[in-house]
Amino acid sequence: MIRLEKRPQPSQAWSLATPLVAVLATMIFGGLLFAILGKPPVEAIRTIFWEPLFGEFSFYYRPQLLVKGAPLVLIAIGLSLGFRAGVWNIGAEGQYIMGAIFGAGAGLAFYPMEAVYIFPIMVIAGAFGGWIWAMIPAVLRTRFGTNEILVSLMLVYVAEQFLASVSLGLLKNPEGFGFPGSRNLQSYPSAFNAELIEGSGMHWGVVAAFIAVIFAYVLLRKHMLGFHIRLTGEAPRAAKFAGVNPTRLVLFCLGTSGALAGLAGMFEVSGPAGQISIDFNVGYGFTAIIVAFLGRLHPVGIMLAGGLMALTYIGGEIAQSNLGLPAAAIQVFQGMLLFFLLALDLLTNFRIALRKPEAV
Amino acid sequence: MKLTNLLTSAAVALGLASGAHAADTKVGFVYVGPVGDGGWTYEHDKGRQAVEAHFGDAVETVYVESVPEGPDAERVMTQMALEGADLIFTTSFGYMDPTINVAKKFPNVKFEHATGYKTAENVSVYSARFYEGRAVQGTIAGHMTDSNVIGYIGSYPIPEVIRGINSAYIHAKKVNPDVEFKIVWAYTWFDPAKEADAAKVLIEQGADVILQHTDSTAPQAAAQNAGNVITFGQASDMSEYGPKPRVSSIIDDWAPYYITRTQAVIDGSWATSNTWDGIGAGMVGIGEISSAVPADVKEAALAMKAALADGSYHAFTGPITKQDGSVWLAEGETADDGTLAGMNFYVEGIEGDIPQ
Repeated sequence: MIRLEKRPQPSQAWSLATPLVAVLATMIFGGLLFAILGKPPVEAIRTIFWEPLFGEFSFYYRPQLLVKGAPLVLIAIGLSLGFRAGVWNIGAEGQYIMGAIFGAGAGLAFYPMEAVYIFPIMVIAGAFGGWIWAMIPAVLRTRFGTNEILVSLMLVYVAEQFLASVSLGLLKNPEGFGFPGSRNLQSYPSAFNAELIEGSGMHWGVVAAFIAVIFAYVLLRKHMLGFHIRLTGEAPRAAKFAGVNPTRLVLFCLGTSGALAGLAGMFEVSGPAGQISIDFNVGYGFTAIIVAFLGRLHPVGIMLAGGLMALTYIGGEIAQSNLGLPAAAIQVFQGMLLFFLLALDLLTNFRIALRKPEAV
Repeated sequence: MKLTNLLTSAAVALGLASGAHAADTKVGFVYVGPVGDGGWTYEHDKGRQAVEAHFGDAVETVYVESVPEGPDAERVMTQMALEGADLIFTTSFGYMDPTINVAKKFPNVKFEHATGYKTAENVSVYSARFYEGRAVQGTIAGHMTDSNVIGYIGSYPIPEVIRGINSAYIHAKKVNPDVEFKIVWAYTWFDPAKEADAAKVLIEQGADVILQHTDSTAPQAAAQNAGNVITFGQASDMSEYGPKPRVSSIIDDWAPYYITRTQAVIDGSWATSNTWDGIGAGMVGIGEISSAVPADVKEAALAMKAALADGSYHAFTGPITKQDGSVWLAEGETADDGTLAGMNFYVEGIEGDIPQ
């Protein structure tokens, strides 16, 4: 008889091994899925994981991994702080949108003036936009005890309405023949978040993502606040006795994750996307939740998970185009990854016992 | 070496090496929705299949579906160009700037952008005069409504959609002066749940005709459940919902255009162009008018279709007044393409504001 036994201590080894086993299981079952669809499974898996990194055109795809992964990592780092402390910001997508609107709005306010201080102002405005949007669920929770999961999620839809509104009105390109969407910031040098080295994919958003990883690592390892965050998540009662101020912690966690999501939106709109448009947001804020958990809420893990996620996106597109795999199959593949990770997580806290239960 | 050069040389190298491949010409398609949406993307994919069928082994086609508008689209196009595509069709308005960006990096690859307005040395634009179909649709709708309330599901308030609303309204009004339009903006091209909700709201408000500018069949299903409501297939025939609620449809037929343009690339005669074809050229088709429509109404609709096809009638013929009361077109005057392309106003009689 197979039974699950609770481990006295969470297994360190399994905690590290589960992401790898999950990826492996995804490859096996994903391959099976592709085979059922009549596509060569090994070729498909190879295309998804190998082609972007070492294939013929990797000189183009490698930088693209940074471009695709950076916003995911930046947002996921912020979310992970809250998730560790039991503060559930599900609305990073909305904060991402607001950061983009604030950032682009600040930049376009100066158009067509050229000055070195415009971009830094946009960065601050973007972070502020995300922060203020996250402060709504934060204040409502600390003041009135509302559920931040619901409030932050609902605010995503409010932000989407704002996005549509500014695309059609306030930020609409006056030279756009009545079509919705702002001016393209890529053709406004002072506001353009260009690649720092051409062809490298490195734009300021990628730099910010790396800095965020380092800061989060130091915060969680060396700083009292980081200790409080971990303590609150792992042992709320102990945290109370240790003098953790829950209100401050909620404000900090939501504020930081909001500001980072806002920054991600701002770097995206001023760089790769170029313009505010009705469909500007493509789900980074939600995917980042997966990235945060895939990375075990650990800064370095999140960085790797962001890279892995970006790989499945880009590799998935190549597989679609080269092998004719349907987009839905790629999405199922990504879903499998999270499913296996969460399912295998069980092994960290439980062990599978094969012996019979002892007679009483 | 700059990336641009690198990309170009890679593309050239591939172009030279393409003799090794089975097919000499590779055509890429970038889709905004899934190929199974039953509407917009479905019809573009039918066009792709027509290209495959027409050229056989001489042409290879590739596609990527459900590509978000923005940097993702740019990456997908770049990837296709790198993999040796000679011609790439980008089939959504939001792909406009990405198409222009990628086209700059690949001067030897031809691009065709649907429904946009930015052209370049190697970028053409093409669209269909869907508003001609809306004129036929409006004629049927005006005759068929009993409640005199016609519901309209808009996608985004862009000129193409506003043109459709105006054209349908003008022609419904022409046959039924009491007609009233209720418009709901779904802010999506394809989202069955949202579209179904929009249809339900409109039906609750008394609409017994639902016109849609979104791509899924969800509004058709909602109308079927509601009972005495009629609809029109959008982008695709959607004949599975006939003879009622679906009484007719506007069908986008991209196949002839895609075949012509692919042939032009093969011949080396491809040149930048701005194509805007309607019923006459066959780019806009009117799906079979079902048995639920009385014979005299069907006749009127077909007469309208014939007049639009042979050019004897323009869907925007004066006198037409704008919503704000100012005169747009004088008696007998027809709209110029420039105004139509950027249309951002309602005609007189439509209530509500275009979202700003």
